[in-house]
Amino acid sequence: MTDIAAIDRPLDTFDEQAAPATRVRGYWRSVLYRLRHDPVTLFFAAIVLLVVLAAIFAPLIAPFDPYKESVVGRLKPLGWRGHLFGTDELGRDMLSRLIYGGRVSLLMGVVPVLIASIVGGLLGVVGGFAGGRINTAIMRTMDVFYAFPSVLLAVAVAGAMGGGITNGMLALTLVFIPPMCRVAETATTQIRMLDYIEAARATGAGTVTVIRYHVLGNVLGPVFVYASSLVSVSILLASGLSFLGLGVRPPTADWGLMLSTLRQSIYVVPIVCALPGAVIFVSSVSFNLVSDGLRAAMDVRL
Amino acid sequence: MAFAPFNDPRDRGGPAQPLLIAEDLRKHFPVKGARGKSVQAVDGVSFQVKKGETLGIVGESGCGKSTLARLLLHLVVPDSGALVFDGDQVGGSLSVGALRRQAQIVFQDSYSSLNPRMPVRDSVAFGPFIQGKKKAEARDIARDILGKVGLDADLFGPRYPHELSGGQKQRVNIARALATGPRMVILDEPVSALDKSVEAQVLNLLRALKRQLNLTYIFISHDLNVVRYISDRVLVMYLGRVVELGPVDRIFEAPQHPYTRALLDSRPSMDPERRIEEAPITGDPPNPIDPPSGCRFRTRCPFAEAVCEKTSPALTDVRGPETHVAACHMQDPASGHSGAGHG
Amino acid sequence: MDQGANSPLVEVNDLSVKFVSREATAHAVNKISFAAQRGEVLCILGESGSGKSVTLRTLMRLLPGRAKVEGSVHVNGRDVLAMGSRELRDLRGGLVAMIFQEPMTALDPVYTVGQQIGETVRRHTGCGRTAARARALELLELVRIPSAARRLDAYPHELSGGLRQRAMIAMALSCDPQLLLADEPTTALDATVQVQVLILLRRLQRELGMGMIFVTHDLGVAAEIADRIAVMYAGRIVEVGPVAQVLANPLHPYTAGLLASTVHGQDKHQDIDAIPGSPPDMRRLSPGCSFAPRCSRRTAVCRMTVPEPQFSAPGRMAACLNLPTAAE
Repeated sequence: MTDIAAIDRPLDTFDEQAAPATRVRGYWRSVLYRLRHDPVTLFFAAIVLLVVLAAIFAPLIAPFDPYKESVVGRLKPLGWRGHLFGTDELGRDMLSRLIYGGRVSLLMGVVPVLIASIVGGLLGVVGGFAGGRINTAIMRTMDVFYAFPSVLLAVAVAGAMGGGITNGMLALTLVFIPPMCRVAETATTQIRMLDYIEAARATGAGTVTVIRYHVLGNVLGPVFVYASSLVSVSILLASGLSFLGLGVRPPTADWGLMLSTLRQSIYVVPIVCALPGAVIFVSSVSFNLVSDGLRAAMDVRL
Repeated sequence: MAFAPFNDPRDRGGPAQPLLIAEDLRKHFPVKGARGKSVQAVDGVSFQVKKGETLGIVGESGCGKSTLARLLLHLVVPDSGALVFDGDQVGGSLSVGALRRQAQIVFQDSYSSLNPRMPVRDSVAFGPFIQGKKKAEARDIARDILGKVGLDADLFGPRYPHELSGGQKQRVNIARALATGPRMVILDEPVSALDKSVEAQVLNLLRALKRQLNLTYIFISHDLNVVRYISDRVLVMYLGRVVELGPVDRIFEAPQHPYTRALLDSRPSMDPERRIEEAPITGDPPNPIDPPSGCRFRTRCPFAEAVCEKTSPALTDVRGPETHVAACHMQDPASGHSGAGHG
Repeated sequence: MDQGANSPLVEVNDLSVKFVSREATAHAVNKISFAAQRGEVLCILGESGSGKSVTLRTLMRLLPGRAKVEGSVHVNGRDVLAMGSRELRDLRGGLVAMIFQEPMTALDPVYTVGQQIGETVRRHTGCGRTAARARALELLELVRIPSAARRLDAYPHELSGGLRQRAMIAMALSCDPQLLLADEPTTALDATVQVQVLILLRRLQRELGMGMIFVTHDLGVAAEIADRIAVMYAGRIVEVGPVAQVLANPLHPYTAGLLASTVHGQDKHQDIDAIPGSPPDMRRLSPGCSFAPRCSRRTAVCRMTVPEPQFSAPGRMAACLNLPTAAE
């Protein structure tokens, strides 16, 4: 008779080697470990954190009122009378406007991606799992939108709807749904035929249950990583929309809008006028590099 | 091998009734792009499985054994043919859902057989949970069954698949299949991906579990030695059809079909003094998309004649104490084959 | 710089290979030494994680960048580990050739078989296209591919598994290598195809007088093809000897356990004699003998010292502190 329990028990207490395959840290701890030891990603993550915190605590850290104009103190250079970053064409403090601008930019950066992830993600999972005609219908519809360059599409939709923050976010959401859908569909199609999905069906689980317990968890990873890289694109696009006047309305502080209005004054105080652009650049790149780092860390060879 | 006593309350029909009857199962997969062509994965397979036995199914790549495994659980729906489980027609008096409560499948251990994002105990508890048990009860069942396969539930339960060795993963697969309390387990190449030293452990485990839990096995493998060890009867497949079926000792000692013979002779001898000098058959198994007409083995068969091209041989009885059939014209004295009638 | 006919074709001494990553260091190969003679087939037998494939690839230095190699490897008298990239390119495919487990991934799908073989021939001999094509045809016929002339212009996906494997063998033989390395070339093949390829390899090896190092996990395959066999476990060689002797009379408990647990005609009413436990994690090797946790013969000293190779006869080695004595 086989003593089943003895199969894996070592012959006496010669522990470590005969012990079951050694306990490696859990998946998420592994990811954290890699991130902790990735100086580049950590550096840019710190920048992202800075931007986010500044935006959240804007009322507490902004040195001046971002809407307070001053006829006398217009287009002043860096450091003039306490204005660390100078003033804009209406005499408002640049630093405060940049900090407050961060709120709008982050909002328009994150919210569309979030909504697109949910909507596009669900569509992709449904299409990927169903396969066949449903999949074709969904994916070809997405392809139609995909055919338009994102900037063009965003501008067209935002313009048609009349501009403003909400319409701008809506436009961006529409732009991002097709790529999110595609990522989710690819991930789902890859898993659909794997044995553990078949095993789940073999126990009698219905489609929804299988998706809920087995597909979503595995699709979330790629979707999350892709979404984090889309945030950087979204910040850029949002700034672009505002630059063109299709985003926020003055006098709201927004980086893109600031860039647009300061454009004419670039020969007066070049550095101050370039600041909004620099901030857009730094934020977008930081999000991008953090997302890269996340992808590398999450790509643990399981 | 004595058949286990039948105290299972779900038993209908007693020991004389086969647990599973497969009748003329057929499954063709259309080939994308080539209209009219199809992969004839399973083409008219019929057999019976007795209660408490282990039926071994052997064949090489393209023979359709994996597709057959999935057909038996309706994971793939057959194009035609019938499945009768303990007297009830599947799809008729027995729903597919009800079939899946009584029969389960263990896959070849590969990275894809367990959800990489689920801890082991959840993967095992999933089956009972789906079939109506509450989460806590499902967890208890998982814990109990993990113990039965030799894995300490406290130590292994919370682990993820990538933290297990190949043999341990396969034991989890087995636990998952057994968690729902099936009467029949289909094992699709359960030890093929394992190291030899671990393969033996898992085979011992499977034998012990079969005794303990009154199971009936359908064991699919390409490894003839393993099939010989574990099976009571063996079914040999070639290109979607059954070519021979009979008791394991008869098949291995007196194979009647030329393909079975070639397959047996292709096994390494394990003795350096008696190496195989000449290949038993030449060529590769042909493509299941365009199988040869008549007898599908005729392109590689040393005894092929004109009749083999014209008609497919039916499974003919071979003389002997137990049912032993082979699909070869040489078995049928009326076929017109010159070798027929010589047994 | 070629050695005389009596010196070993391959000489490996104290070879260690480590894979270093940020998280852990895997000790794939731990100070192994062996030699392979000209015209002989040496089979390296081991399970997954034993280090057999890594050893094979080190002979051609086909290792990824993060591998750290120590020790010495000499092929035909030349120091492989000290070679520059130009010399290595000449070595690979020239003096030493390799065949792999998956012919589909070893052959480039966008070139025909004839083109790929021709390219190798031209690279090493500098001959022209026509001569290379003629040589390719010659090789396809050597490996007994039916309708060889037609198959020259076939793409890899148009060939069946067995034919692809033969085409890969043809490519490996194209420049008359003296040493053929085979990394589990029959593992992915069906039984009836496997036996054909093994017979082919044996015939070719005899006819061309090549040395061959054949890596496998299958004892049956080793019995069919090897002259000598080296058994590896956890990155160490635990037993070496002529194949008939090792299989009939294994000295090391791992070899004995492998033989006993290989399913081959055992009585179906009894359990198979399985080796308990699992192969070790190469990132955390404990001191002492790596097999000790699973060994029925172990004693206290086994977990403290790594056993040194013991030679019971010339060419017959076992690394175990508790070898069966003559009385057993």
